[in-house]
Amino acid sequence: MTQTAPPETRRSRRGRSRRTGAAAGVHLVLAGYTLIALFPVVLVVMNSFKNRRGIFGDPLGLPDARSFSLEGYATVLGEGNFALYYGNSLIVTVASLFLILLLGAMAAHALAEYRFRLNTLLGIYMILGIMVPIRLGTVAILQLMVDLDLVNTLLSLILVYTAQGLPIAVFILSEFMRTLSRDIKDCARVDGLSEYRIFFEVVLPLIRPVLATVAVFSMIPIWNDLWFPLILASSDATKTVTLGVQQFIGQYTVNWSAVLASLSIAILPVLALYAIFSRQLIAGITSGAVKG
Amino acid sequence: MKPTMFTTTAGLALCLGAGAALAQEVTLTVESWRSEDQAIWNDTLIPAFEEKHPDINIEFTPTAPTEYNAALNARLEGGTAGDLVTCRSFDGSLPLFNKGQLADISDLDGLSNFPDFARAAWSTDDGASTFCVPMASVIHGFIYNADAFAELGLEEPETVDEFFAVLDAIKEDGSYIPLAMGSADQWEAATMAYTNIGPNYWKGEEGRQALIDGTAAFTDPQFVAPYEQMVRWTDYMGPAYQAQGYSDSQNLFTLGRAAIYPAGSWEITGFTEAADFEMGAFPPPVQNAGDTCYISDHTDIGLGMNAATDHPEAARTFLEWVASPEFAELYTNALPGFFSLSDAQFEVDNPLAQEFIEFRENCESTVRVASQILSRGEPNTWNNMWVLSANVLNDAATPEEATAELQQGLASWYEPQQN
Amino acid sequence: MTDVITDTVERRPTPRRKRRLGGRTHIVVFLAPAVLIYTVFSIYPLIESLRLSLFDGLDDGSAVWTGLGNYTTLLSDPNWAVRFWNALWNNLILFFIHMVVQNPLGLLLAALLSLAPRFAGAYRTLIFVPTLLSVVIVGFVWELILSPLWGVAQTMLGAVGLGWLYAPWLGLESSALTAVSLISVWQYVGIPMMLIYAALLSIPDELLDAARVDGLSGVAIFWKVKLPLILPTLGIVAILTYIGNFTASFDLIYSIQGVLGPPDYSTDIMGTLMFRTFFGQQTQIGDIHMGATVASMMFFIILIGVTIYLVGVQRRLTRYEM
Repeated sequence: MTQTAPPETRRSRRGRSRRTGAAAGVHLVLAGYTLIALFPVVLVVMNSFKNRRGIFGDPLGLPDARSFSLEGYATVLGEGNFALYYGNSLIVTVASLFLILLLGAMAAHALAEYRFRLNTLLGIYMILGIMVPIRLGTVAILQLMVDLDLVNTLLSLILVYTAQGLPIAVFILSEFMRTLSRDIKDCARVDGLSEYRIFFEVVLPLIRPVLATVAVFSMIPIWNDLWFPLILASSDATKTVTLGVQQFIGQYTVNWSAVLASLSIAILPVLALYAIFSRQLIAGITSGAVKG
Repeated sequence: MKPTMFTTTAGLALCLGAGAALAQEVTLTVESWRSEDQAIWNDTLIPAFEEKHPDINIEFTPTAPTEYNAALNARLEGGTAGDLVTCRSFDGSLPLFNKGQLADISDLDGLSNFPDFARAAWSTDDGASTFCVPMASVIHGFIYNADAFAELGLEEPETVDEFFAVLDAIKEDGSYIPLAMGSADQWEAATMAYTNIGPNYWKGEEGRQALIDGTAAFTDPQFVAPYEQMVRWTDYMGPAYQAQGYSDSQNLFTLGRAAIYPAGSWEITGFTEAADFEMGAFPPPVQNAGDTCYISDHTDIGLGMNAATDHPEAARTFLEWVASPEFAELYTNALPGFFSLSDAQFEVDNPLAQEFIEFRENCESTVRVASQILSRGEPNTWNNMWVLSANVLNDAATPEEATAELQQGLASWYEPQQN
Repeated sequence: MTDVITDTVERRPTPRRKRRLGGRTHIVVFLAPAVLIYTVFSIYPLIESLRLSLFDGLDDGSAVWTGLGNYTTLLSDPNWAVRFWNALWNNLILFFIHMVVQNPLGLLLAALLSLAPRFAGAYRTLIFVPTLLSVVIVGFVWELILSPLWGVAQTMLGAVGLGWLYAPWLGLESSALTAVSLISVWQYVGIPMMLIYAALLSIPDELLDAARVDGLSGVAIFWKVKLPLILPTLGIVAILTYIGNFTASFDLIYSIQGVLGPPDYSTDIMGTLMFRTFFGQQTQIGDIHMGATVASMMFFIILIGVTIYLVGVQRRLTRYEM
């Protein structure tokens, strides 16, 4: 295994002035796009601290003495049970992610590692689900949940999201696993490790960066889904943040202070979580540079 | 907590002589698309009912209007829908009844409190079965900024010419956008424009029935003319109205930046709260002074019973209450702008709501033209009307093209229109 | 890629062979949980839906067998066909815009990030933020920004002297689909960026060093060494874009424009057509059978695209990789 050379050493080989110019260009593009990416978010958060007239009168201005107002937050916190909704979203997202990653990696490993009769067929079968929005099966899913007595439980959401996330996880993970060198695994086999230990102790650590990537991509549609919470778990006790916000918007169409406050409340924890999680992600991706 | 509840139950039951003292408590959930009404149900309607029927708990669980049909259908199919279901009128609910998802409630005593036209909106075509209790109708017209009118010395217009004179005056003054209307969400173009001003041209029920009978067509002048008026509206709508959505228009008006809002009466509650100026209302202007005026007085919202409910008795008890004069008064005053369809007589407190209800005295009522029978096939006439009305406002279709397409779509599946 | 695997498998050392004779329960253990959950909660409901497309609904809620009748209606009845082809065409435009805007932009950002400039971590984290947001939020925010009433877009364009450029893009037939597509690009560009970035990082350093020793410039290294090496990733990005275009784009259009794809169906895509046919809206009562037919057509169209990718593109990319 070779470690990526630190970028500094690489760059020090080039001319200093050219480097400065090029670096400025790089920063210009990246910083420019970062602004574009963040501007709408900032706009929402900023305006959520204004009263209605301030929002409309000067949307681009910072809240000042005349327009500053917490009325939106007062309404949101007084009406919605957002702490509970967060808890629900968090449980559903984390549990689904865990299942998608674990079961997805196991299946991908089996498909990539072993030759058996139904391998190709099963591979195609598993990725079929990428192609069809699972939403098309809503009625049957609902009936199934009714039969299993899972309506208005978080478990119903977890099962559906796991089923929804598995195909893409299997697809990406198995593609990646096929590029892994066989030598390490075969070495481990010679050492007498069981197939299970090979998976957990050799393969899983190797695919960590990809797992992080799959985790982020699988997380987004789960956290943001509106449809299945609406159909399967719309009771007050199982409501997710996205559904709570959506209903809140419906309830206060004209009260934009409240709407923007509820949007901010929905955004901020995600950003906080992501800020924490992204370190892991970066670490994961950087270790992707480690070649086997 | 439990014992107190029992004593009240028993006490009340004794008073009412209902003999339900030992009845088990049941909880009924109400499906609705009126998320805005959550507070009114929780604070006013439900306590009033539960006081009388402590053994029945009501839970109001609305879904946003855009998701309502889809979510309700899925829940009905899956067997998880609420015990009580808020019904859209006519073809919006009839198929649910035909599929056996809404229960037949024709024998409900309270239904006698309603006039025939109200019951018709939630009955089979032959009138034999009724499946929802009529709750309210919404009346269309125009809400205006009375302060702005006073400032500019304007009066409520009665004829189309006066209407445009008023619009011209506002436009000339320049401090207000004359008409708070956009075409981005499409449905306002159909609901608040076309079927709002249209009845004056097609003579309300007369024109609507003629379409149903096949004796009139959308291409007839009385159905083209409202679109011609709408084309003239565009000069008075806000800049870039093509991207102006429903809530944009609401905000524009309630922030005092627009003078006239083509309205449905359901706006009254929100507007009364949000606007800090005086408001007034006038019905759609007629062509010539002295003409009979027609208003869109649309039977909009009813309440039915899920045929698969576990508590049919309790649900019927609640429906009886919804049909009672007490509910009519509570509901209309809690939600000024949703006018009870009950025969019961009571005072409406909100002055703006009073103005709307007075339209009924001078004008003939009719429902939205495409809501009954005409939207039963594919392409759906009401959907088409949304799209085409917006197209007319966007200058993407002429009135003739729009009505020709409406007619072509209808005639493609509706037999009486095929000759 | 399949060729590679078979090849490696054939060359496997003996311990592997021995194992094959013994119990292979571990394969079942590895596969069973995923296959089970996926089959019960995804495949079965979907098959149930596809089955519906072969039936026709009656007024009383029962259904009769109609074979491919619904498909014939969808493709030949003028009222249905016009909506179907329009939606499909819009989907293809949507795909095209993503391919020429989103993926090159993602590639550019990833390439710049991979140069490891200062603050690379911060840039990467922040650029990914929109991807995390719910479409409920994204839809609402962009409607506000582009709204003529709020005037954010107008004011900002005005500030740089481009005020005349402003138009109510979301409301105009000519620009609505492009506007929605670009909002979608804004939201999702983080995904190709991350995938490509990860691929760029995994390029062995020896290769780059060798190229540098050969005297290739940074730009030349990118085009001649890095790009060919990440082609498989670009292939995956392309196919994910194609699929997401039929599935994920629905949410955004639904939340910004509603289910009728206004104005005048110019933003109507397969997803919105399917949704309103399947579930209905307002006075239109959902027709699960026609809805399932649209859904099945969507499935077949995606299948065709994926097959083209697997048979044509991926095979060629694998050659490069070797």
